[in-house]
Order: sequence, then structure tokens, then C-alpha cells
Amino acid sequence: MAEFKLKIRRYDPEAGAAPYWDEHTVDLEPHRSVLEGILQARNENDGSIGVRCSCRSAICGSCGVRVNGKPGLACHTHLDDALASAGEDGVIEVEPMGNMPIIKDLIVDMDAVHWKKIQRVTPWLIGKEPVPEREYIVSRESMIDVTQSMACIQCGACVSDCLSMEVDPLFVGPAALAKTYRFVGDPRDAAHEQRLKDLGEDKHGIYDCTHCFKCIEACPKGVAPMNQIMRLRRIAGNDFHIKDRNNGERHEAAFVKNIEKNGILHEADLLPDSYGGKFHPRAVPELISSLPIVMTALLRRKMTPGKALLHPHKAPDGVKRIFEVVEGRDERNEFNLYISGTDANNEGTAEVAEAIETAEPAGVAPDGTEGSSA
Amino acid sequence: MKHDPIGAMPAYDVLIIGAGLAGQRAAIAAAKTGATVAILSKVHPVRSHSVAAAGGINAAINPTDDWRSHAYDTIKGSDFLGDQDAIEIMCREAPAEVMWLEHAGVTFHRNEKGEMDLRAFGGASMKRTAYVADITGQALLHVLYEQLMKNHEVIDRFEEWFVTSLIVSEEGECVGAVAREIRSGKIETFAAKSVILASGGAGQCFSPTTNALICTGDGIAQAYQAGAPLMDMEMIQYHPTTLAENGFLITEGARGEGAHLLNSEGERFMEKYAPNKMELASRDVVSRAEQTEILEGRGVGPDKQGIYLDITVVPRKRTLEALREIVNIGKDFAGVDITREPIVIQPGMHYIMGGVKTDIHGATPLPGLYAAGEVACVSVHGGNRLGANSLLDTLIFGRRSGEHAAERALAMNMPTVSDEQLGKDREMIAEILARPKTGRRVSEIKQELGTTMNRYAAVYRDEAGLQSAHEIIRRLKEEAKTAYVDDKGAVFNQDVLGAVELDYMLDCSEAIVVASLERKESRGAQFRTDFPERNDAEWLKHIDVSRNGGDEPKISYSDVTITDWQPEARTY
Repeated sequence: MAEFKLKIRRYDPEAGAAPYWDEHTVDLEPHRSVLEGILQARNENDGSIGVRCSCRSAICGSCGVRVNGKPGLACHTHLDDALASAGEDGVIEVEPMGNMPIIKDLIVDMDAVHWKKIQRVTPWLIGKEPVPEREYIVSRESMIDVTQSMACIQCGACVSDCLSMEVDPLFVGPAALAKTYRFVGDPRDAAHEQRLKDLGEDKHGIYDCTHCFKCIEACPKGVAPMNQIMRLRRIAGNDFHIKDRNNGERHEAAFVKNIEKNGILHEADLLPDSYGGKFHPRAVPELISSLPIVMTALLRRKMTPGKALLHPHKAPDGVKRIFEVVEGRDERNEFNLYISGTDANNEGTAEVAEAIETAEPAGVAPDGTEGSSA
Repeated sequence: MKHDPIGAMPAYDVLIIGAGLAGQRAAIAAAKTGATVAILSKVHPVRSHSVAAAGGINAAINPTDDWRSHAYDTIKGSDFLGDQDAIEIMCREAPAEVMWLEHAGVTFHRNEKGEMDLRAFGGASMKRTAYVADITGQALLHVLYEQLMKNHEVIDRFEEWFVTSLIVSEEGECVGAVAREIRSGKIETFAAKSVILASGGAGQCFSPTTNALICTGDGIAQAYQAGAPLMDMEMIQYHPTTLAENGFLITEGARGEGAHLLNSEGERFMEKYAPNKMELASRDVVSRAEQTEILEGRGVGPDKQGIYLDITVVPRKRTLEALREIVNIGKDFAGVDITREPIVIQPGMHYIMGGVKTDIHGATPLPGLYAAGEVACVSVHGGNRLGANSLLDTLIFGRRSGEHAAERALAMNMPTVSDEQLGKDREMIAEILARPKTGRRVSEIKQELGTTMNRYAAVYRDEAGLQSAHEIIRRLKEEAKTAYVDDKGAVFNQDVLGAVELDYMLDCSEAIVVASLERKESRGAQFRTDFPERNDAEWLKHIDVSRNGGDEPKISYSDVTITDWQPEARTY
């Protein structure tokens, strides 16, 4: 047993007072969970501490909170790990999740945000006709593949940390889009194209993600919502050629081409190329409207005119080989933890890894094989 | 009539309490008939404990299988206490129900031909368990919730509403319920022509348990208080593989995939207890074998109270694909990589076969009241439930009760319901809030109850132990009357609801202990060391427990329905 100090963010909507910190000392073995710590405080000191919880084993998704600022399940965070990420005072901070209104203490209003967004994506299977008498015959891999999205327990941790949603509260968001992949990746669903068109055209849909990886870090179940969003984009662009009015499809293509040519992103080309080239009528207003940002970047020395316009870097052979290997395949390989267990032993990554070896070290990071930003 | 926000009493043809698999399935079935439906749950529906079911769902869908074989396995698993008419219905309707789930979108694991794959499970004579990795319950529950979202115009959802009482009319019919909106503290009467209880089991009466914190026997106790009888309450399932560390469930799927059980001498000891089925004998048989090994000094782990579960014999790729959740549980909660070393497990309280007595339509003897799922006792599980039969039970009898309750409702007028019970429940809440800080804490009483039950009403039981358990429960019932709460507020007051749940748990525990004392034989999950044999001559019957007007449980008996299968000696 060891003593841990927990600082719980409290808020009583009936008190007419501001939220405050409430400190409790709990006595538990270090590998016990933060939830067990909260429950010990509640059972022994103060029964009024509000927290949703049920299964205690990371399957019901009730106890989404932020521990030392990071979102996750309280039952899935060990006290010793939480202590390691605590501040210098050695006190573990527990707060309600972000991006959702607080009802009381650690309890947030998931209906107002999370569930509304889930309802937005037509979250049910639209089965292909005719419905077979027995089961639909579909490939083994396809079912294991969508099981990764099906593993989502709707805890809201990804929503809590979504940077895009912070800027655009209307963003459909990581959880709902991962749910969308659950249908778009499902060969039994008859509405793949309509779903993708719907969420591609929506200003707050699949192209509103800024690729920040926060949701992947936050997810306690390995759903990797951002990866599912990227897959929605690849299917929308490569398989259905959906040209959305957000220009997402063209931007993605421009980005890939840009990297293939330059190895390192050439920002000055990316924007005009996304709109059809520097002299395309649609690119001109976009370029003019970006001038203030360019000026600020120049003033703050984020870039120099020479590097921005001339971009001396050209893609080395290693990068070209990565493109050859990946594009030379008959079908896209997708990472899936259910199929392979861990990233490290994913089949089909060996060739790419080898190609990366031969690339310039500064040129491409291992996760740089996916090319897109919104 | 739909829920009226202006303030009129909400009234529905069918009111469903609990939104796990049984409740959601009932709601979908009832709405399909055109009845008005409300589903009400103390947690958001996807938090319901059905989510934790791991291994799969049984159905004779393989063309070489036969539902009669499934029925026989279930009957033998029940130690011949299950009602065979109900078991026949469940097993016969299982394949169509599983296909319905598949069409609704459940991502069942496929074989190389693209058909649904089946895995081996305990007590089954062939591979019969359809599954989604080891998150089958989660996959089913989330797909049913997708259907609720799809049908949001015809099914009203009351999420995070806590039921305090069922309402029984002067004519002796169940006509609604009183519930408190957890978020606001508002308390309201719901009128209904038919009420379906689908609020799950009572695992929290025991500590430790695999059950979630919400499994506090609410529906069992509400029905008992309303006068409906409980049945088979002595039959408590101890699951053979729960993590010794903290009682978490390790799915039977692990043994289905081939994992071994080993004692401290490295023996596969199941050879001695079930030479044919080995690790895949019925759960009661395996749990008892483990407990015997532990009692005879061949346990493992720091205090020798555990058994090794060796999953390393399963190919690693298969484990990662089909048992991913327990790979995570091993890693996160026990610090063990189960693909490389054995894990220490022990038998742990998991399921209650008993519950509110119903017929094959889910109807209880109290007119207007239905029950389905773990809260109910049809009885399809009898003395011992087979793994992967509980998901099936929730869906088959959830659907049947939804259909039947709607049919009943459509043939009658809306009853007039008074606010009398609402007044009583409001007073009850006020009384709890007003208690002085002189009594014991709710959490303290709950812990003593759990430890007591786990000590005396576990795998092995005897008269003396059960008697002392009963005395302790009677004392705790007195103490619960003055248990105080810290939270005096209206918004999300979980503290006051904890006090109400404690009363529910105490009623359930008393019924469990009284029935266990009554059954003077060993059958299924009930093993009495003072009556170690099964005694068909005297005890091939159900024990019913009902409230004797006052607070004393009253015992009566009902017959076991036998159709084609006569009781025989049970070996695995």
C-alpha cells in the first residue's frame, strides 16, 4: 500500500459558486486505478463526489476524465503512472473532460455534444438488398477490420482532447467519424458513397480534422479515430472520387504530389496546387486571402522568402522508392491492431520500413507515409 | 401518448425499465407492433452491464448442428432444474435471432468462407458460439443502441432515470413506475399498461464480483416489494476464471480457444474432475474443481488462493485477434503478457440464475409486470447457466416480453394512476437526506454485505454459514435504515441513490440466503457440504420466495417442466 494525493476538480451547480479543487489522500497499491482512488475518497471521506462509473474494467466507458490534463478512463489509469505524470508537488489532478459542458464535479453533459454528433452520422447499418436469408457472406478480414471501430466504447476521451473541435465546436469529431468508418468499412452497408459525400461536403465533416493525433493518444481502446478519418478520406478520394466543395480531395492529392516531388513539404506550392495551380481562377482569391498569414509568418521568421519560394529541397531516391512500393500495390494496406496485434509486427510494413531506411534521415519520419493536412 | 413536456403524467403502452440487451430488444419488438414505448435506465444504455459479456452467443446455426442438441446441453448444464419448455423455445429461436442481429449490423467473426465462425464453449457438445473477438456483448449492445437511435421517433428514451418503485393498482396490476431524473433530482410517475423489468442482476451483493457497480438487484427487489415471486435465487454462478488480483472477468473464450488450467504442481487437474470435457465442463463443475484444488493446498499465487490459466498454448496471432480484450486486461490490470506467461485466476461471483419468476412470454404472476434478462427467471438456466447462453436469454425473452407486453397493452385502456406512490417515494428520499451523521456509512454496510455473501453463499455452502449470513443481513437491514449520506443536493446525487440501492441489495441477499438454506441438496451452482448429493426425489423443484406481506421472505415451490429429457447422472 502507498499513499497518493488526489486533487479532484469539484463543481456544485446548486451552490452558485465557482469550481474548486478538493484534495484527498488515499491508501492503495500503486497499480490500482485512479478510479479506485476516487471511489475510496468517496466511500470513506465524502459521498458527494460526483463521478460516473460502472464496470471498473475499461469496457463500459463511463469514467472518462482528465488525469493531469490528459483524457482517459479513470479505471484504466494506474495510480503510479498518474503520479509519474503529476506536477512537482506529487498531487494527481483529476478534472472533468473538455469540450463538453460540466454538470457536476467530474460529470459532463455527453448528450449535448458527443451523442448529438453520433446521431449526426446516420449511425446504423443500411443493409444491402436483398437481405440474405442467413448471414451476409463477407470476408473474414473485413469484419475484423471494422471491429477496430466497433471497439469504441463511446467514453468521449477523444472528443475531450480534439483540437479541431475546440476551434470549431460544430466539427463532427473523432468519435462520430470513427463510427462512420464502422459503416463505410462494412461491406454489408449499401450507403458508402452517400455517407462519404454527406460528410465530405459538410464543412464540419471529414476534412475538418487537422491531423493532430490527439484522439489517437487519448483513446483507451486502440480505435485510433484519426486513422479511421484518414481512411474515410482515402476511400472518398481514391475509390469514389468524390470532389467535395471543401476541396479536401484535391488538397489531399496536391499534398501527396508535393511530397513525392520535394521530399519535404513545399508550403508555397501546396495552397495553389490545392486549387488547381497558381494561375487557376479559384486559386487567386485563396492566395490573396492568405497573404496576411504569409506576412505574419515572414515577420516572425517562421520562413524566409528564399526558402518559401525557391524550396531547394528535392525528394531523395528513398522517398521515391516509398512511393513506388506503396503505389505499386494492388490494394491499400491499412494498419489494424486487431489483425496484427502491435504496430511493430504489422505485415506489409517491412518493405516500407526498408525504403525508409534508405531515405535521408531528416526527410521522412515513420508516420510521414500518410500525407494530408486540412 | 408520448411524453408530454408541459407537465402531464407521461403514459405509455409499454414502459421498459433497464436498457441493456433485454430492455433494448424488448423496446424494438414492442415498437414494431405500433405500441407507444418508453425505455428508462439509470445509466446511459451503452453503459449497461451487457457490455461486459465477452465470449459470445450460442445458436445452432451450423447446418450439422441441431437446436435439440443445444437444448439438451442447456438442460444438462442446468442440472435438470431448467424448465424444458422455455429452453426449447430459446434454443429453437436462437438461429433466427442471431441472423436478425447479423442483419442489424453486428460484426460477427467470419470463417474463411465468409460465413459466421463458431467457437467452442463450456458444456457444449459442439462449436456453437458466434462471437465478435472477445467484445461480443459490447458489439451487440452498441448495435442495438444504433437501432434505438434509428427508431428514435417511436421509442422514447429516458437515460439516467432511476426507478424507486413499481406502481401496483388497487386491482393488483402493475400500472407504472416512479422514477427520479438523476440529472435534476425531479421525481415523476410514469403510467403504463405494461411494464417490463430488464434491469439486470444483483452481483454487487457479493464482493468481489465480476459485475459492474450498477448491478445492485434493483428490479429483483422492486418486483419482490411489489409482491411478485422470485425463483431459483439460491443459484449463484461463480465463474471459473476471474483475475485473482481484482476479480475481473477473463472470458471462457480463453478456454474455448484451448487454454489450460494448472495447479501448483503444474497438473491439468481437470482430468480428475471432468475427463472428457476437461476445461470446458460446465462452469459450476470447473469452479468447484478449482476451489477443491485450492482448499487441498495446490493453489498458486502469493496466498495460494489462485489457479494458473495458461493461454500461451493458444497461437499468439489467434490470441491477439480473438482475445484482444483479455490481452489488455492482463497487461493493464495484472502486468502480465498472457501470450507469454500464465495468469493467476480464481472462481468469482458472476451471475444469478434466479430472479423474478416469469412464464415463457416473460409475464410474471403479477398482471401487467414482465421481466427479461438476468433480472428474470424463466427458468432457462436452472441450477447453472452455460457460457454464451445469457446473451441469448436476454434477446429471446427480451423480444418475447416486448411483443407480449405490447399485445396486452394494445387490447386495453390506459389505467388511471394516482400520485400516491410518488408521494411516498418523495418522502423516502427526503427521509434519507435528513438522516443525522450518527449511523454507519452506506459504503461500509455494502462492503460488509459483500464480504459476508462471498464467504457464506459461495461455491461451497453449509447450514451454519448460511444461518450466520442471514443473521448478518437482518442486522445490516436495521443499520441501513439509519445509514447517512453526505450529498444533500438534487443534481446527480449518486449518494442518495446508493442508499436506495443498498436496500435493494439487502432484499436480494436475503432471498438468496433463505433459498440456499431451504435447498437441502447439491445441484448445479448450489453445493451444500452438509448435503453433498443431488436428491431428485425431494428437490427436483423450484424454490419460490415472495414477500409475506411484511418483511419476511415466504417459501413456496413450483414444478420443473420436463418435456423430453428425464434427469440423469451428470458427468463431463
